[in-house]
Amino acid sequence: MQHISVTVDGMEYNAEVEPRTLLVHWLRNGIGKVGTVVGCDTSNCGACTVLLDGRSVKSCSVLAVQANGSEVTTIQGLSDGNEWHPVQTAFKECHGLQCGYCTPGMVLAAVDLLGENPNPSEAEIREGLEGNLCRCTGYHNIVKSVAYAAELMGGGSK
Amino acid sequence: MTEVLDTANAIGRPIKRKEDARLLHGQTNWTDNIQLPGTVHMAILRSPVAHANITKLDISGALKRPNVVAAFGAEELGDLNGSVPCVWPVTDDIVMPDFPALAKGKVHHMGDCVAVVLATDATSAVDALEAIDVEYDVLPAVIDMEKAIAPGSTIVHEDKGTNTCYVYNLGGGYDEVAAKADVIVKRRFINQRLIPAFMEPRSVVAAPMGMSDEITVWSSTQIPHILRVLLALVTGVPENNLRIIAPDVGGGFGGKLQIYREEILVTQLARKLGKPVKWTETRSEDMVASHHGRDQIQDIEIAATKDGKMLGLKVTLLADMGAYLQVITPGVPLLGMFMYPGIYKMDAYDFTCTGVFTNKTPTDAYRGAGRPESTYAIERIVDELANELGMEPMELRRKNWITHEEFPYTTVAGLTYDTGNYEAATAKALEMFDYDGLRAEQKQRRESGDPVQLGIGISTFTEMCGLAPSRTLGALKYVAGGWEHCTVRLLPTGKVEVVTGTSPHGQGHETAWSQIASSILGVPVEDIEVIHGDTGRAPYGMDTYGSRSLAVGGQAIKAASERLVDKARVIAAHQLECSPSDLEFVEGVFSVKGDAEKSQPLGAVAFEAFTAHNLPDGVEPTLSAEATIDPQDFSYPHGTHLAAMEVDTETGKVTLRKYVCVDDVGIQVNPMIVEGQVHGGLAQGIAQAMYEGASYDEDGLLQTASLADYLIPSAMDLPSFTTGYTVTPSTTHPLGTKGVGEAGAIASTPAIINGIVDALRPLGVNEMAMPASPMTVWKTIQAAKGGAA
Repeated sequence: MQHISVTVDGMEYNAEVEPRTLLVHWLRNGIGKVGTVVGCDTSNCGACTVLLDGRSVKSCSVLAVQANGSEVTTIQGLSDGNEWHPVQTAFKECHGLQCGYCTPGMVLAAVDLLGENPNPSEAEIREGLEGNLCRCTGYHNIVKSVAYAAELMGGGSK
Repeated sequence: MTEVLDTANAIGRPIKRKEDARLLHGQTNWTDNIQLPGTVHMAILRSPVAHANITKLDISGALKRPNVVAAFGAEELGDLNGSVPCVWPVTDDIVMPDFPALAKGKVHHMGDCVAVVLATDATSAVDALEAIDVEYDVLPAVIDMEKAIAPGSTIVHEDKGTNTCYVYNLGGGYDEVAAKADVIVKRRFINQRLIPAFMEPRSVVAAPMGMSDEITVWSSTQIPHILRVLLALVTGVPENNLRIIAPDVGGGFGGKLQIYREEILVTQLARKLGKPVKWTETRSEDMVASHHGRDQIQDIEIAATKDGKMLGLKVTLLADMGAYLQVITPGVPLLGMFMYPGIYKMDAYDFTCTGVFTNKTPTDAYRGAGRPESTYAIERIVDELANELGMEPMELRRKNWITHEEFPYTTVAGLTYDTGNYEAATAKALEMFDYDGLRAEQKQRRESGDPVQLGIGISTFTEMCGLAPSRTLGALKYVAGGWEHCTVRLLPTGKVEVVTGTSPHGQGHETAWSQIASSILGVPVEDIEVIHGDTGRAPYGMDTYGSRSLAVGGQAIKAASERLVDKARVIAAHQLECSPSDLEFVEGVFSVKGDAEKSQPLGAVAFEAFTAHNLPDGVEPTLSAEATIDPQDFSYPHGTHLAAMEVDTETGKVTLRKYVCVDDVGIQVNPMIVEGQVHGGLAQGIAQAMYEGASYDEDGLLQTASLADYLIPSAMDLPSFTTGYTVTPSTTHPLGTKGVGEAGAIASTPAIINGIVDALRPLGVNEMAMPASPMTVWKTIQAAKGGAA
C-alpha cells in the first residue's frame, strides 16, 4: 500500500492505496466520488474524464498514486456553489445530454477544450471531443453546447 | 433556471429537461453507485472459446484466495441455476434450447458463463477467477448461417438435433404476380451483426431485506416490470416479495430490454448467501455477453411492370439467433416482417424467415428491432429497381407510394396505416436538401471524371412502433401484453405525482410526462413529479422499448389526468354549490360558467379531498385517478431522409457531406427531445452503414470485443444534421403523437448506402456491403472494374 494525498473538488484526501489502483476506482470506491463513471476498459470512451491540475485526463488511464500531490476536479466539483459552470448551463440549454452517462466526461473534456481554445470552430470542437464517446445524442447537440458555452464564457465560436 | 410556464400550452414546447441538473452535476444514481453494507461482489469466469465441452471444472482453488466468500460452477449452484426465459415462441414447433445461467457441461459461445466467484471486494473476486481450474474440449464452431442449416453441420445444441430454430411464413401470391412482371430484381443484402454498446455497462445489485423474504434488485434495465415477473418465475421468489428498481440507467437501445443470466445469478446468490450481491460488467464482458442485434441474410426479390408499377415482393430471411434464445430473440425478425413493403402499394408479398442457431452471442432487440432490417431491404431494392428500369429513384417511389388521400390504408402485409403524408415530407426534404442542385453537381462530377464522386441516397420510410395492441401480440404468440399504466395523484399541497409504467434511460420522460399532465391539470410543470422505474413505487407497467413510451404511455397519462379532473369537478361543484356541468375548467381552476367570481383552483379541491370535511355523498377522500390503456393500433411515423455522399474512388474513403431528414412523428410534446431522439437514431443508423459491425473469426471468437475494436463513431465521424418535420397527427392515438425513438436508426442506414452506390453506379457498382469502410468500398470498386481486389 502506498500513501497518497490528493485534493479532490477542493477537499484534501489522505489515503493508503494499492499501487495498481486506478484513479477512477479510487475516486469511486475510495472516496465516494461516484459522479465520475467507468464506460470501458480500453481508454476509448472518455466517460471517466476528470481534470488533473486543470487538464483533462481519462481517470482510468492514471494510477491513483500518480495523482499524489495533485488537484482533481470531477463533475461534482465543477460548479461554484449554486453557480453552474457555463459548460453545464450550455449542455442543459442545448440538450447536449440524454442518458447522461457520458456527460461528466464530456463536460470536463469540453472545459479543457475551451481553456485551450476559447473560440473553437465546429471542426475544432469535434476534434477536441474525439476521445469521448456518446451513444445517445449523435454529438449534434453536444457540439452546439460547446459552441454555446464558448459564447457564454466570452469567447464565442467561430 | 426556473421557467415560468403557460400550462395551457405545455404540450409542444421545447422545455428544458428536469433531469439535467442532476446529470450535469454528477448527482446520479447508477446501479454501480449502490454500496450496501456487507456487499459481496461477483466476478464471472467466461468461456474463452465458442463451442466446447467442459471436461474439468474445479473451483476449489478460488476458495483459497484472499477475501473470497464463495465460488460456484453449475454443479455447486444446483437448483439455483435458473434458465434464461424466452417469452416469444413464434411457432408451435420452435426449438427452444435450455439456457442455464451457468453453463452445464458445455459452452455455446465466447462469453458464456462458466463459474462465479464472490468476494468482499470486486478486485479480489476478479483476481480469484484465475485460480479456477477449467479445461475445455473444443468443438467446431458454427458460424455461418447457411452452413449451419446444411446437412452435416455441427449442431449447436446436440439434444435438439438441428440448428434451425423455426421457420415462419406470411403472405403468398408472389409467384403469380411475378409471372406477369416485366422486370424482376433480386438482391442479397447482409444486415450485419451490431452491438448496442449503451454507455453505462450493465450492473446488478440484489439485497435480501432484513429477516423478511423480500428481495430488492437494482438493475440497469429498460424493463423493471417485465423483469419482476420473469425473475419471479425463474427464481421462484414470490412476485410480491420481489422489488425491482431501475435507478438512473445509462442508455439501452434495446440492449437492456432483457432478462440476463447475470440478473438471475446475482438474485439467486443474494438469497443463498443472505447478503447483498453486486456485479458490474466490464466493457469487454458487455461486448460478448450483452445481446447483439440485427444479423440477417436477406434475399429480396421485387417484381414490377416496365413502367415502374410494383407488383410484388418476396423476402427470404436467415436470422441469426446466436447460441441461445433470449427474451424476444425469435420475435425480432417478425417485428420487421410487416414492414418490408414499406410505404408502397403492391399486390403480393411472400415472407419466409428461418431462425438459425450459431455459436455466437445471442441476438435480440437493438434500436428498431426488425424494422431497420426491413427498411434497409425495401429502400435498397427500390433503388436497384429504379436503376434496372432507368427511372429516377424518387420518381419510382412517387409512382408507388400510398398517397395522402388513401389513408387509412391497409398494406399488402395486412397492417392499416392510419395517416401519413409522404408527398409533403418528401417535398420539404427535397427543398431543404437542394436535391436538384446536388443532382446537377453529380452530373458535372461524373462528366469531368472527378476522382471524388457524389452520390445521393434516398430513404422514404415508415415503421410500426408504439408496441403494441395486446391482441396483436397474442396473435403473434408473444406471451405478454402491450398496455401501459398511469396513476396521477394530486397531493394535499397541490403538488402532483405522475406514476408511470414507462422506464426511461435517457428519453426525458420526467419532463415530457410532466408536460402532458400539466396541459390537462393546469398545474405548472415544475410542480409535477414523475415516478418511474421502481416496482415498489410504480407497480404497473410494461416499460420502455419499441418507441412505445409516449405512443402508449402518453395515452395513459392523458386518460388518468382527465379522470382526475372528472373527480375533482364533482368535489368542486359541491363546494361551489352548483352542478358539475355548470363548471368550466381552465388553467387549473374550476369556475362557474357565467360567474367567474365563483371558482376554486384544483389545489384547493385537493385539500378538500384530503380533509374530507365537506365532500359530496358517495365521493371517497383523496384525489387520484388511474388508467391502463391498451393501444388501438401501432403507431406509424414516417419521413424522407436524404444523404449526400462523397466517395473517393481512388482510396475508397466515404464522406457524409450532408444529411437532411424530414420526419413526421405527429404531434410533438417536446420538440427539443424529439430532435434529440432523431439525432441519436441517425447516428446509430449511419454507424451501421459506415462504421460498425461485430465480426467473428472461423473459430467463433469475437474480433470486435472491445471499444478499441468495435467502431462506435466519435464526434469526428459524424456531421451536424439538418432536420425538419411535417405534422400529420395520428388518428389512432388520442394525443395525435407517434413514436420517435427508433425512427432515425430505421431510416438512415439505407439512405447512406443508397448514396454510396449512387456515387459509384457509373463504375458498375450495384451493391455495397456494410459497414462501408474504405477497404470495403475500395475492393468493391476494384471488383466492379474487373480488377483484382
